[in-house]
Amino acid sequence: MATRAIFDEMNGLNGEGRAAYKVLREWLGTVPPDLLERRSEEAELLFRKVGITFAVYGNAEAEERLIPFDIIPRILSAREWARLSRGLEQRVSALNQFLKDIYGPREILRAGIVPPELVYQNPYYRPQMNGLNLRGGVYVQVAGVDIVRVDDEDFYVLEDNLRTPSGVSYMLENREVMLRLFPELMSMQRILPIENYANDLLATLKSVAGRSDSRTPTVVLLTPGSFNSAYYEHSFLADRMGVELVEGRDLFVRDEVVYMRTTEGPKRVDVIYSRIDDEYLDPLVFRPDSALGVPGLIAAYRAGNIAIANAPGTGVADDKALYSYVPDIVRFYTGEEPILKNVPTWRCREPEALAYVLDNLHELVVKEVNGSGGYGMLVGPHATKDAREQFRARVLARPDNYIAQPTLALSTSPIFTQNGLAPRHVDLRPFVLTGSDKVRLVPGGLTRVALTEGSLVVNSSQGGGTKDTWVLSE
Amino acid sequence: MLSRDADSLYWLSRYVERAENTARVLDVAYRMASMPIAYNEAHTNEWESALVTAGAIDQFRTVYDEVTPERVIEFLAFSDANPSSIQRCFDTARQNARSVRGSLTSEMWEAINSAWLDLRRFKAEKVQVENLPTFLNLVKETSLRYDGSAMRTMLRNDAYWFSRLGVYIERADNTARVLDVKYHVLLPQDAEVGGGIDYYQWAAILRSVSALVSYQWVYHQNLRPWLVADLLILREEMPRSLAACYAALSRHLDDIGHRYGTSGPSQRLARASHARLANQTIEDIFQHGLHEFLQEFIAENNKLGLAITNQYLG
Repeated sequence: MATRAIFDEMNGLNGEGRAAYKVLREWLGTVPPDLLERRSEEAELLFRKVGITFAVYGNAEAEERLIPFDIIPRILSAREWARLSRGLEQRVSALNQFLKDIYGPREILRAGIVPPELVYQNPYYRPQMNGLNLRGGVYVQVAGVDIVRVDDEDFYVLEDNLRTPSGVSYMLENREVMLRLFPELMSMQRILPIENYANDLLATLKSVAGRSDSRTPTVVLLTPGSFNSAYYEHSFLADRMGVELVEGRDLFVRDEVVYMRTTEGPKRVDVIYSRIDDEYLDPLVFRPDSALGVPGLIAAYRAGNIAIANAPGTGVADDKALYSYVPDIVRFYTGEEPILKNVPTWRCREPEALAYVLDNLHELVVKEVNGSGGYGMLVGPHATKDAREQFRARVLARPDNYIAQPTLALSTSPIFTQNGLAPRHVDLRPFVLTGSDKVRLVPGGLTRVALTEGSLVVNSSQGGGTKDTWVLSE
Repeated sequence: MLSRDADSLYWLSRYVERAENTARVLDVAYRMASMPIAYNEAHTNEWESALVTAGAIDQFRTVYDEVTPERVIEFLAFSDANPSSIQRCFDTARQNARSVRGSLTSEMWEAINSAWLDLRRFKAEKVQVENLPTFLNLVKETSLRYDGSAMRTMLRNDAYWFSRLGVYIERADNTARVLDVKYHVLLPQDAEVGGGIDYYQWAAILRSVSALVSYQWVYHQNLRPWLVADLLILREEMPRSLAACYAALSRHLDDIGHRYGTSGPSQRLARASHARLANQTIEDIFQHGLHEFLQEFIAENNKLGLAITNQYLG
């Protein structure tokens, strides 16, 4: 990788200082030197305290982990957010139309835009979804789109998360901690609020309720249970929405209607916000060994008696092999140019691309098409020769299982360290809520930061941390 | 509310209460055992009696053949082989607490979670007879903190009522067992006032339900065995008495019934037991046989527990 100047969210490309950070920069210049250190320790304490309620959960030591939090916010201007949110809305809307199409008339396949085998041979393709008419045509009610940038101009989508994207509880907790730690700094500028997320989520879920009678739809959040790593988030969201947090065994299906077992007897459920993988939803239809799901759920779903968010089978659209077709998908359904760019991607399934990838392993990031969480990937420039050779063999054995992308000079944002501020690479996961009535976006999202100097991997499972994300109003 | 959540709250409270009861039983054994031998030898080993009161003697025998203080402490406080050991009670309580995190107030959660963490430390340090009181205080304080948090911070809705039901079913069971294990020293024919050894036995019973001082306030006289029984069975002002537990059980079941607009077998059972306790005298009970009365009570109490489960928690 050639050494290029790296774009910094606060300082810009050449240390000129970007406008959105003006107040923060000035404030940082005036605060006593030890204040940041004190606040950083307080933040740690606050999270530990809240953390007692989630990180010390369970017996396994792995569950006792706190995701590190950095106190220096990441800031977006109103103009940046306006563009970004338009792009997100456009992209998620196109992906919803794509799902409706491939589980329906399949016009995009017939038009030759997307190779059919990418759909039919996709492990997340669910034939059970064919021919269903979902309320508002919404398949992906909750999307988490990972965004990166390399300069002032463009936002790139790194990946679309359309199954059960997580992390929104950190976004909300981060803001609460910042409001407690830095009230004076935050009152010096207008930061758009995000506290309405749970409200928006509930409104979105209610809008897709299957039956349209006058009764208020009953929404539940379906969790795999308290041993799941995201259980804290599940209980947090259920609590904030004021809906029941259910496990599969709390639900049952009678005459294609879904009920939950309550102390007052069976209660009808209209919408399930599912945080379990769709292959576990219904042992009668998907994995027969699933103890997490509800027998008969898919039959009730097909009968239109229950809404499930996100719909089963959305994984077909967030696959890394399909990713490279998303700009074409956006053009096909919206007739517009994509506002958000894709990272250039070589599909190893194509012989020419494969040859290029194998010749340039040392410069590329190679990913498994169905991998997630930073597993199953090779960061060429940072890998040892041995690791590259091992990966070469794996790619050669199953080329269609891999894609490759250039190593981007991801933007950095300053974090607080013992030796003062230091730049670290960041990404951003905004959450896009799509209801049958409208699209809802809370400004910003979850900023993830690679805490190790030079590292590009921001995943929390790989030692990444998070920051509060501010969107300034005009 | 979800039946599973109600079930978790109910059992969470039962296990916290059970841990406290076991701690009290151990406390009494510890006090009796530290008395001069003359006060102690006439009766069976106090440590063994602790196992019987905690309903753990059979399980103990499957692990150990001989009763020693260290083994009883280990078995009742920490053993994994004893599903009702204090440690296991808190493990189960915490597991239930985790799964109903949303229905608990943060004060309740912190009471359970910090006790669970502290207990692991005690376990690692190996509690012996010498530091037993410190350990038992922690358990009792946890239960007070949990109970106090529930009463001071929970909304008065079905979640609260189900958690109270767990407390009172467990407490009634415990009080009845404590009495039953010692019923022979309460029988009127032994009723010589102030006999040294018996005095300590009666005092021990009262102490194990923290009622020694209350006794004086209620009766204003020296300990008499039938009054000890009267206090713990029939006096509603005594918070751990069977009558008080049933007053609370039938009140909270009625709360639930009113809220849901319908009542069932558990309301009827609780009301009937409560009425029986209210209309009886201690003389009636002795005439009928104290042991028989207590055995029947324990069985009825279990039946109510089952009825609650079937009606609401299943």
